[in-house]
Amino acid sequence: MNPGRHCLNRRLNKHGVLGLNRRNLSFINRHNPRSRLPLVDDKCQTKQLAGEHGIPTPGLQHVIQTHHDIRHLNERLKAFPGFAAKPARGGGGRGILIVHRTETGAFADSAGNLLPLAMLQHHFSNTLAGLYSLSGTPDAVILEDLVEADDAIAPFSYEGIPDIRILVFRGYPVMAMLRLTTRASRGKANLHQGAIGVGIDLGNGSALQAIHNNSRITRHPDTGASLEDLQIPHWQQMLELAARCHDMTGLGYLGADLVLDRKRGPLLLELNARPGLSIQLACGQGLQPRLRIVDDHRGPPETPAARVQRSRALFSTSTVA
Amino acid sequence: MKERLPFWLLLGTLTVSGLGLALARHHTLGIPWHPGQTESVWLVEARIDFIAVGGPITAELRIPDRSPGFQLVNEWTASPGYGFSVRPEAEARIAEWSIREAVGPQRLYYRALVRPDPSGSPAPTPENSGHGYWEPPAATAADNLIHAAHRQSSNPTSFVRHLALSLLPPAAGEDARLLLADQAPVFVLKDLLSRAGISARIAWGLNLAENRRGQSLRPVIEVWLNQQWTIFDPASSFGSPDETFLLWHRGEHAGLDLQGGARSQVNFAMTRQARSAVHLNMAAAKAPMLSFMGLHYLSVEEQAIFQLLLLLPIGALIVVIARIFVGLRTAGTFMPILIAMAFVQADLLAGLLSFLAIVGLGLGLRGYLSKLNLLLVARLASLLVLVVLLITGLSLIGHRMGFQPGLTMTVFPMIIIAWTIERMSIVWEEQGALEVLVQGLGSLLVAIPAWFAMSAPLVRHLSFSFPELNLVLLAGILLAGRYTGYRLLELLRFRDFIPNRHPP
Repeated sequence: MNPGRHCLNRRLNKHGVLGLNRRNLSFINRHNPRSRLPLVDDKCQTKQLAGEHGIPTPGLQHVIQTHHDIRHLNERLKAFPGFAAKPARGGGGRGILIVHRTETGAFADSAGNLLPLAMLQHHFSNTLAGLYSLSGTPDAVILEDLVEADDAIAPFSYEGIPDIRILVFRGYPVMAMLRLTTRASRGKANLHQGAIGVGIDLGNGSALQAIHNNSRITRHPDTGASLEDLQIPHWQQMLELAARCHDMTGLGYLGADLVLDRKRGPLLLELNARPGLSIQLACGQGLQPRLRIVDDHRGPPETPAARVQRSRALFSTSTVA
Repeated sequence: MKERLPFWLLLGTLTVSGLGLALARHHTLGIPWHPGQTESVWLVEARIDFIAVGGPITAELRIPDRSPGFQLVNEWTASPGYGFSVRPEAEARIAEWSIREAVGPQRLYYRALVRPDPSGSPAPTPENSGHGYWEPPAATAADNLIHAAHRQSSNPTSFVRHLALSLLPPAAGEDARLLLADQAPVFVLKDLLSRAGISARIAWGLNLAENRRGQSLRPVIEVWLNQQWTIFDPASSFGSPDETFLLWHRGEHAGLDLQGGARSQVNFAMTRQARSAVHLNMAAAKAPMLSFMGLHYLSVEEQAIFQLLLLLPIGALIVVIARIFVGLRTAGTFMPILIAMAFVQADLLAGLLSFLAIVGLGLGLRGYLSKLNLLLVARLASLLVLVVLLITGLSLIGHRMGFQPGLTMTVFPMIIIAWTIERMSIVWEEQGALEVLVQGLGSLLVAIPAWFAMSAPLVRHLSFSFPELNLVLLAGILLAGRYTGYRLLELLRFRDFIPNRHPP
């Protein structure tokens, strides 16, 4: 095992694959001030901040703060068309409940199963008690408008909303990945739970390769769509949105989760101050070389648009650098 | 590089001071690096607590005098302000503390170092132990028992044995029960023997076991047979006592005589010492200030606590290695250490099985509780209560069936188990059963090497005798915190990484 391990170590090093230790020590600790983390960990604060900076997010219907609210929500809930219930301080997609309305006015999940009101209240109660929050502290529930995926992406996903994760370092987008839901992932866009990660070329928004459960695939296992044909529209807009998140929060190492809504276009879903490393597996590229280029760049601070231009030129894989 | 200089300076300072202090203490005080043979020398401590009413105090405690099977290496007291002396008497030695004036809660210590010595010690000759006196019908019952035992035995030794057994279930009949109505079997036996003309006396002692606290003396009976005293121990159905039994003093007297105080209590604590530590204890006895950095002048109870506490840094180092270098996921940062500590106080395999069984059952209960519509806090609290009941129930059943409990159910492991179950329940609710398995397995995988390190005699000796070495450990942990390389499990995760195209 030893010589094999050493070879692997060297190979990963050669390609600049970023490991957790280095990510935590050299990037997160150094570039993400702790005082700014609450802006990103608490979705309420993120939404408020985004509103102040003109960054579009899914519409906020209501925030449940107390158990008292849950009881009184009974009547109000009946008036809501459909919503996404998210823990304000949750992470990793935990505790998110997508609730649709049937024709009869009852609540149902994405698969069509009925959700009794008592179950919803139980779920909210758990969320308030801190079951899904990152540190187990009391939490709030955010009710947002539902998002409908754009036609360019929707056919590739199965029963869930695909999102685009863009990694932004010091305001420069460095890598991007599209996460598609599958039947196995039960509507969740989480790679560890069976979602598909599609690496996206930073230059033009087209698909590079796709991985599912650590192996390369070319077709979606449930819809059968060919993943190579994927092309994300409004790419410049999406990159600029991600870049502006850096100016908004002041965090140097940031993961922006965006979604392409059919009606409203690119929206910010949430921000992540500790973005994972699977993006490297999805793109088949190591992060370190790109991060180093950004780190070495010296010059006057640029506007988000200028930064995006530079990133697209530097990190495009369709053109040989 | 500039920001790294203070860091390396800190590391250097920690390492140098840690090693330097250890070397200094090794040379001046002669503390060896290696624990040496684990000869079981016992440090036994009697702690006397009482409330002084104000005015002169005299406290007299009977202390070991020629205990069979043991040799007294050294003895001393740690009771500042009191005058202390030891005086021999007819059948005992008395330790006496005195002070002109004292008020409020008082605490006196007597410490003895004893070494098992099978060659025994010269026993004092028997004296007239008195005659058991009973009124009829008790007298008749006593005579019945004596005659019955006489008929069934062939020599004095077997006579004593049969007589003793006739007092215990299942052989205890009406006669025995009548006599036992007022007294414990030991005292009844003594009276019966003296009525039958055999010299017998009550003696008090205790069994020595690692890290026991809050122990009390219990009575046994010494019988003069074949020109020597033989002990019969009620704990082993009046057979010979266990070799760990230390006879403390002889005579029916309970042991402590106190004038000037009230509400007195005597508690015993003991711990096994390596041979090297004997020197330290004796040095500490003579000059407490000299061994200033050492922990040996603390009371036995505190020493026992520190012996366990000072193992925590080792566990922390193991956790650091497991998470930073190997990349194992654990349930909470220090859960594995606590689990390892719970195992340290018990046998590993039995402890592991009990632990898994209880946690497994606890998680099953959690499944049931989640069906009831409760607030989260109430759910967790009821889980805790159920788990405590579960552990109690299992211990009772195990005791009935004759099993030794796998985990000594003191407060400490109980809390750890309850906390483990709470954490695991939350993980289960949040992330599903698979994550529980991963984190649980990860915690155990880290706890076992931690337990291993914490149980090694060399590690235990070094951590307790040279606590300053923890500074070096700290430097090591700080250094590990700077590691930016890959984790072992990460290499596994990225093993399928195939580059897409040439990177820029």
